[in-house]
Amino acid sequence: MSSASPLPRSPTLLGADRSDRIYRSLLTAIAFALPGLIVIILGVLFIEALPALKRFGPSFLWTSTWDPVAEVYGAAPMIFGTFASSLLALLIAVPLALSVAIFLTEFSPRWLRQPVAFLVELLAAIPSVVYGTWGIFVLIPFLRAHVVPPLKAVFGWTPFLQGVFYGNSLLAGGIILAIMIVPYIAAVSREVLLAVPTSQREAALAMGATRWEAVRSAVLPYGRAGLIGAVILGLGRALGETMAVTMLIGNRHDIALSLLQPAYTMAAAIANEFSEATTGMYQSALMEVGLILFVLTVAVNAVARILIWRVARGAAVGSKAL
Amino acid sequence: MTGRALRRHITSRVMTVLVIALSFTAVLALVLILGNLVLKGASSIDWAFFTKSPVPAGQSGGGVANAIVGTGIIVGVAALIGVPLGVGAGIYLAEYGSGRLGFLVRFVADVLNGTPSIVIGIVGWTFIVKPSGHFSALAGSVALAILMIPMLARTTEEMVRLVPHSLREAALALGYPRWRTSLKIVARTALGGIVTGCLVGIARIAGETAPLLFTALGNLNFSVHVTQPMQALSLQIYVYATGPFEDWHRLAWASALVLMGLVLIISLLARWVTRQRYGSIR
Repeated sequence: MSSASPLPRSPTLLGADRSDRIYRSLLTAIAFALPGLIVIILGVLFIEALPALKRFGPSFLWTSTWDPVAEVYGAAPMIFGTFASSLLALLIAVPLALSVAIFLTEFSPRWLRQPVAFLVELLAAIPSVVYGTWGIFVLIPFLRAHVVPPLKAVFGWTPFLQGVFYGNSLLAGGIILAIMIVPYIAAVSREVLLAVPTSQREAALAMGATRWEAVRSAVLPYGRAGLIGAVILGLGRALGETMAVTMLIGNRHDIALSLLQPAYTMAAAIANEFSEATTGMYQSALMEVGLILFVLTVAVNAVARILIWRVARGAAVGSKAL
Repeated sequence: MTGRALRRHITSRVMTVLVIALSFTAVLALVLILGNLVLKGASSIDWAFFTKSPVPAGQSGGGVANAIVGTGIIVGVAALIGVPLGVGAGIYLAEYGSGRLGFLVRFVADVLNGTPSIVIGIVGWTFIVKPSGHFSALAGSVALAILMIPMLARTTEEMVRLVPHSLREAALALGYPRWRTSLKIVARTALGGIVTGCLVGIARIAGETAPLLFTALGNLNFSVHVTQPMQALSLQIYVYATGPFEDWHRLAWASALVLMGLVLIISLLARWVTRQRYGSIR
């Protein structure tokens, strides 16, 4: 039998063996640049933020004085503004994005799917600074003329619509964020819904469900984890979005409940103040803001990914839009 | 039809209409933004816009030639750094990434994909601007490359995975070593997809502003030195749009239109490459 006398290993084969190993180690080294990168980013931010971390301790998170002259820093207004603008954005974007996903997978005629999906993908391709420009010159005048007056007339008594609307505000920032995250949430939700087996829909319809009931009682529950993941992914985007928000939110270190008032976000603070931060402590405080933002978005993204992977295992879901 | 059945049907209809209406609202946003961009931008674009550098604030005229060239250089250098690393990581994930380590890399790539770009800008600043003592285009390119790598890794992986196993087995059976099979057969078959992924990645970083704010910084003059501050279209738009002059606003719209056009052309090119390669399959 030939198995008794194995093929003599020729020098070429041995050579191939070695080059295979080199090839594999090279690729492995490149791939490990990615986990390395996350460690490096974290390390850089931590080291640079160390002076501020030592000086202000955890109270950095809940004090709201931001005084570069007196060298006292507290990030509460930015943290508040980051969450407030992102939640406002989610409130507007989630119904829109889920509708797009449901429309594309369940209701749309076949010929309309590609064009609508393409247009929504295009929204993701618009640079942030272009959204900001549009926001300044189109969205804010529109809000001032057609949205804020009626809103104030009806809900003006609530704490959310107090004060005069000058333009740059939490409301403007939240709306532009909403438009920006719709394509991300829609793209991922769509792929999650596409992963729901047709048999689920057919079963519901066979039981006499209407089309909407099939969506609500069979399709959406099946993809629930993935859909929540998609929304959290959108949240992660909104938390870290910089330029458009910087251009529209007003950049004021202040906590105000009113949507009409200017606010601040962590990303906007870094964008605005980093190059003018001349003292070491000022810079360090901004680095700490960056550290908080980074840890927060990594955590949010990790949760989102785990949820999405549960539905579409290991697939680079929504990678086209991301 | 009983009352209950009628109610269910009406609910279904109402929800369907609502879903369609909301979907078209989302598409409407895009139409509005692009429409405004074309209307307000096109009127300010003339030949000087592409050939001249900016004039001092308050004067009219001038162009953004320096910013267009700057964006080209910054993005080009970023692609030179980012493409080999991103594509390499993607091939690793597709070829060897089935174990626990592959899972880790994949997960980290997905998480990094959502990292705020401003934070990446800080990293570029710390490693290049701070030690050298001055702002430089290269720092911006490094930041943009870092943004690009995780995205390219995932798209490359997906594309390489589409290559049928039989091709790989055929090459191995002919005595091809693994590395040659991987590069010459598998990666080459997936080349169209990989190029598409790279183009999409380039389109995305071309519009980035935040990582350039304190790396490339911006420059009023024409500069092609990567170790010096350089202007980019996105930075120019930011300055012009938030500035006080009417003439700047006009230039902001025009620059935004040019940047959007650039991004669109690269994206469409990406689609075209895919279509050339895979025909009607995709």
